[in-house]
Amino acid sequence: MSTFQSARSIAASVSTGESSSVDVVSQHLARIEEREEEVHAFNLVLRNEALQSAERIDERIAAGEQVGPLAGVPIALKDNLCTRGIPTTCSSNILNGWRPPYDATVVSRLADAGAVFVGKTNLDEFAMGSSTENSAFGPTRNPLDTSRVPGGSSGGSAAAVAAGFSAMSLGSDTGGSIRQPAALCGVVGVKPTYGAVSRLGLIAFASSLDQIGPFTHDVADAALLLECMAGHDPGDSTSIPHPFPSLSESLDRGVAGLRIGRIVDLPSGADADVAASVDRAFEVLADAGADIIDVTIPAFTYGLTAYYLIAPAEASSNLARYDGVRFGSRVETADTNSMYMATRGEGFGPEVKRRIMLGTYALSAGYYDAYYGKALKVRRLMAQDFATAYESVDALVTPASPSVAFPFGSKTSDPLAMYLCDTYTIPSNLTGHPAMSVPFGAGENGLPIGVQVLAPAMGEPTMFAVAAELERSAGGNHV
Amino acid sequence: MSEQLDRGAVERVAKLARLELSDAELDEATTRLAGMMAHFADIDALELNDVEPMTQPYELVNVLRDDVPLETLDHDEVLAAAPDATDGRFGVPPILGLEL
Repeated sequence: MSTFQSARSIAASVSTGESSSVDVVSQHLARIEEREEEVHAFNLVLRNEALQSAERIDERIAAGEQVGPLAGVPIALKDNLCTRGIPTTCSSNILNGWRPPYDATVVSRLADAGAVFVGKTNLDEFAMGSSTENSAFGPTRNPLDTSRVPGGSSGGSAAAVAAGFSAMSLGSDTGGSIRQPAALCGVVGVKPTYGAVSRLGLIAFASSLDQIGPFTHDVADAALLLECMAGHDPGDSTSIPHPFPSLSESLDRGVAGLRIGRIVDLPSGADADVAASVDRAFEVLADAGADIIDVTIPAFTYGLTAYYLIAPAEASSNLARYDGVRFGSRVETADTNSMYMATRGEGFGPEVKRRIMLGTYALSAGYYDAYYGKALKVRRLMAQDFATAYESVDALVTPASPSVAFPFGSKTSDPLAMYLCDTYTIPSNLTGHPAMSVPFGAGENGLPIGVQVLAPAMGEPTMFAVAAELERSAGGNHV
Repeated sequence: MSEQLDRGAVERVAKLARLELSDAELDEATTRLAGMMAHFADIDALELNDVEPMTQPYELVNVLRDDVPLETLDHDEVLAAAPDATDGRFGVPPILGLEL
């Protein structure tokens, strides 16, 4: 369990003047200084900018202003979130050096809440991967065991929180890219309901699946961060035009009377230590008064295939914009078509090219119905199966990742083996439902295990109640 | 979904995707994509004729805003991010002589 100070505690002490924002930020920068070379969580550390923001916050507090619920809290941003004037790379050579002309909505909202941004974190290139080994700028290492991966694609954001480089961080989750690294790094990670958090300024991978979400030391911090960034944004046409429910008051609700589902036809593949932790989670929830109910979700098994046709198809379309004209790098050639081909051939890394190829093929004439069209129908089956399950349960519990953090290079030679890391996380992206990983128990070599809690659309209050109960029983909640 | 993905098909896909790939990359892509497609054949067993495709988590409606002028991105800031900008416009090589 993490021993670092919670964001709530930082914001409370900074807001009352008990500690200064500059001191808090300096402590985090000192930890970065100490371990960043080893961990490589960041593509860019915003040292001077963070200290200047902290100074302004201290001045405002000294002047009697209310700064906000994240006053002085150091936060790291995944490097696929646009930050005006600050390089944003998606860990890709094709965007190396690009400075966005606007801030992502989440960045503005967190700044308004008093957050201090300490850096842009490393990721698998364009968020395509499960280990952060696909970054063009080198891998991030798991702070708990640097011979192992932090998970991915938001590996840098998970590692930043686990190493105490930032009190919180933001990631994005298209098929598990927040929940799986959270599980592997022993922190809390949340994929909110699709549309709950604005995607404006999140560089698109697969637009019908992408969501931004928090990494934190504990469940209450995740609730706080999500409350600060959720809510309707007219700049995102898929943003839900309703108020986001309060989460903080769900944390002490307990699980008495909640119906929690165990998926009996869940795909096999979880390691024994992970499966044992999930079994233990059900015991703990039953002891706390929940009814554990067996459900079936037959389409779960087909999620991987549906996802690995739909996500690359959307990516092949979204990544068409990297053509050497409006932003990023360009390879100069005699005409535009050869310029596109050379720029993209040189600028994208192997996994991104693989997925663009896969997606282009799945969408191409003669194959559309057989691949993409069929995958969309499986997506419908998935949504129907979950809807049926949620008629009899309030939430579901599964593993987040099939294994604890794995050694570098152990899955890079076989893309399919890497894709299997997403088996348990993918269905929530296909359905648009919320899901989160909460540290619960330890496995091989004492490495953390994440248990995943799933809920129906806008079911975050129930999901957080279940996660908070698991955290309490694991002794992981912070003061 | 039983059709084999051969190297010719992979070259065609690379061209459609505007990706210049080396011979080694084309060889690798052929092997990898064929392996993936074989794995993805698991959904062939499903009866899907009467299932409606689902493209988004929720039904999307067209979102309109009031027809009033708003601030847009700064012209110079946007052009400053381009590899080539000339006379206030994006610069590109000749578009004629295009070979598809």
